[in-house]
Amino acid sequence: MTREAGKRKGGVGQLLIPLIAIALLVIFNLIRDPSFFSIETKTNNTGNTVLAGNLISIINGASELAILAMGMTLVTAACGGQDISVGAAAAIAGSVFVRIIRGAAPVTGGTVIGAFLACCAVAMLFGSFNGMLVAVFRIQPMIATLILYTCGRSIAYWINGGATPTIDSPITGAIGSFIPGIPVPTPVIIVAVMALLFSLTFRFTTLGLYTQAVGINESSARLNGINVTLIKLVSFIILGICVSVAGSIGVCRLGLINHETLLIDIEMDTILAVAIGGNSLGGGKFKISGSILGAYVIQMLTITLYAMKVSSTDVKAYKAIVIILLVVIGSPVVKRWFTKVIGNMRNARKIRGAAKEGV
Amino acid sequence: MPNGTVLTMRGICKQFPGVRALNNVDFTLRSGEIHALMGENGAGKSTLIKVLTGVYEKDAGSIRMDGIEGEANIHSPQDAQEIGIATVYQEITLCPNLTVAENMYIGRGKGLLVRQKDYEKKAEEILRSLGIPARPRQQLASCSLAVQQMVAIARAVDMKCKVLILDEPTSSLDEKEVQMLFSLMRDLKSRGVGIIFVTHFLEQVYEVCDRITVLRNGELVGEYVIEQLPQVQLVARMMGKELSELNSMNEFGRKPMGSEEITYEAEQISSSECRPFDFRIRKGEVNGFTGLLGSGRSESVRAIFGADKVTGGRVKVNGKSVRITRPIEAMKNGIGYLPEDRKRDGIIADLSVRENIILALQVMKGFFRPLSRAEAEKFADEYIAALNIKTASKDTPIGSLSGGNQQKVILARWLLTHPDYLILDEPTRGIDVGTKLEIQKLVLKLAEENVSVTFISSEIEEMLRTCSRLIVMRDRRIVGELTGDDLNQNQVMKTIAGGEAS
Ligand SMILES: Nc1ncnc2c1ncn2[C@@H]1O[C@H](COP(=O)(O)OP(=O)(O)OP(=O)(O)O)[C@@H](O)[C@H]1O
Ligand SMILES: [Mg+2]
Repeated sequence: MTREAGKRKGGVGQLLIPLIAIALLVIFNLIRDPSFFSIETKTNNTGNTVLAGNLISIINGASELAILAMGMTLVTAACGGQDISVGAAAAIAGSVFVRIIRGAAPVTGGTVIGAFLACCAVAMLFGSFNGMLVAVFRIQPMIATLILYTCGRSIAYWINGGATPTIDSPITGAIGSFIPGIPVPTPVIIVAVMALLFSLTFRFTTLGLYTQAVGINESSARLNGINVTLIKLVSFIILGICVSVAGSIGVCRLGLINHETLLIDIEMDTILAVAIGGNSLGGGKFKISGSILGAYVIQMLTITLYAMKVSSTDVKAYKAIVIILLVVIGSPVVKRWFTKVIGNMRNARKIRGAAKEGV
Repeated sequence: MPNGTVLTMRGICKQFPGVRALNNVDFTLRSGEIHALMGENGAGKSTLIKVLTGVYEKDAGSIRMDGIEGEANIHSPQDAQEIGIATVYQEITLCPNLTVAENMYIGRGKGLLVRQKDYEKKAEEILRSLGIPARPRQQLASCSLAVQQMVAIARAVDMKCKVLILDEPTSSLDEKEVQMLFSLMRDLKSRGVGIIFVTHFLEQVYEVCDRITVLRNGELVGEYVIEQLPQVQLVARMMGKELSELNSMNEFGRKPMGSEEITYEAEQISSSECRPFDFRIRKGEVNGFTGLLGSGRSESVRAIFGADKVTGGRVKVNGKSVRITRPIEAMKNGIGYLPEDRKRDGIIADLSVRENIILALQVMKGFFRPLSRAEAEKFADEYIAALNIKTASKDTPIGSLSGGNQQKVILARWLLTHPDYLILDEPTRGIDVGTKLEIQKLVLKLAEENVSVTFISSEIEEMLRTCSRLIVMRDRRIVGELTGDDLNQNQVMKTIAGGEAS
């Protein structure tokens, strides 16, 4: 087998772009400030010894994005389109979470779990609503989810009667920052757990195969006995779970719910994470690990720009430039061009070698 | 360039990951000739054509065209079009959701303002002159596969071309349509167009072609004038060995009649696409549905499998009443279905050969019981060897296999499910002569192992060889059923055409 075929088998090729992007960002930051990525331990205000530093805040800050990107990858693969309502849906989920927590007099572990399950159920419900529109009524995903995108934050507003209530229980605080005795931020641990759950799902079910089959050729998938509607629906429901997790982390981090600003504009970053991860936005084959890396690329870029004292309004423009570059470099046209150039160079070397021998 | 030559290709090489698709191949086309390009599945025919038309960049070699100084610079299909090479690819590459006229003219006119009325009128003229039963404003998807194929040809023909390439254009056409296409080809030939014709139908080659170039495993075997290469020798050149069975094939002798037990029985089954009909098949029997394209033969078997929306009927499998309205229910009842349209309903292009082979079995096993990687690889290896599938590896995406090899993968998929009743709609489409025989033999072997098989083919001889019972359809109705001595070409043609069924 040739080298190229071997590469495709491992599927590492797809991860090349996000990995290179991360490497470049790391090098860039190290040149700018050699101590940029140094990790230190410090004692925080609750008396925990915890890890701190730019690297930790990048990984921690990307948590919600990474979790949403996992679910978005699945929806993208199955339906060939994206859910743009994740931010609004997360605001709803977060509002439900806060409302239940505030309803309980002493906030116990049980209350938090109950609140999470409730907001998860709500998010799955909204996910199924989107999924129904896409899978049963065959509406384009972006159009279908435009509905919830538009009205989601209003629904979130009603849930807590228009206020932006706070929660200040030690348990939710620990979820949003650190669990006593554990130096790693809790959101990072949650990302790891979610990634593990996804990989177990793919290992012990055929979800991965079915999703790709549906995304690549619906008609074939159906004639092989796959329930196309169900698979699309399931992808939206799983994204719903991701939304509830991201929403809960978001409110725990801030200690309050602001339905207007919670995870605002995150849908576009989520879609970008999927794209930077080398997944086709047209559906079909996918790699969740790519999307997770994509999320970290975006967050690293954001933090780098802030560290360079770029104002928050300008950050968006700079981000756009870098993202355009990444997406263009990852495009099939450029890839083909690269393979050709490399091939030509090899040929040229061969010819030169032959000529030398001739002399 | 010698006089009369329109195209020369010299020393063409093309390498894909893991496969050397073309190795130092020469090809010469003269004006006013029909030149057959022959070879087994995966020999490199389509690749040679795609190199010529700029779909693929060649690794080495040169292409020269009459009237062009030096080497022809072809880097895209547009380049090829501009220097007068028109192509109809093996897989239809039109846009189903555009109209017929739009399909004939998209990506063509130089100006931006092409008047819709103008090209619709031109399309109308061409369609009429070629006798293609399609209206310019009709949506392409609403045409049958055959008509879509004809539209693709009409599109190519209208471009004033010096070279016309037809890659398996006849595989989904019936006899009448083939004749229509041939008269069109002869007409173009008399106007000096050089035509490259790829097909697996040997009779068609001897009917229209002047010259044959044979490829094997990406290498040139030779170029022959048609009179000097009798059919038996042609097959030998293609396969690299004598095909002694070719003649003895007609004496297959015993045709599987099946036992007394009935595997599948349907009463007044109907679907959104077909009228109610009765049907039954015995254990170990091979039967066929025949009729012209559009006669409803494919729609009937689709109803049996639940591929279209089933609207009525009572079904018994092995004597038990069952409900089959969706493919999965049919599969659970031991029914397999190889669809007619491989690209649309069969392959999952970006998935590997391995995943494509195990797909149906996996779905039957269930969502929570994925096959292990090792099991999947074992099955894939087993069937790649059994059906002699040409692929770089079992991890190669099925989309990059040659047409015939894709078909074998889909066949492997259904064999792997070990069905009691296997429905094969055009299983030999795009398959080379040698493999065709293999598949026919495979069907007979399955029948011996008590599998019931429904075999549909546009080639009546193929059905006569394998089926012990033929159901004849016309205008979406069953108009006759032939068994025993009635199973001969004459009787079949007569029944199809509307003569008296016995
Ligand atoms: N895009 C591709 N990527 C990788 N391999 C390819 C690609 N296209 C073709 N091949 C390989 O090149 C070889 C020749 O394929 P080609 O399609 O030219 O065969 P063919 O002679 O047209 O066969 P058929 O009669 O089945 O259509 C096959 O082994 C095939 O797997
Ligand atoms: Mg081919």
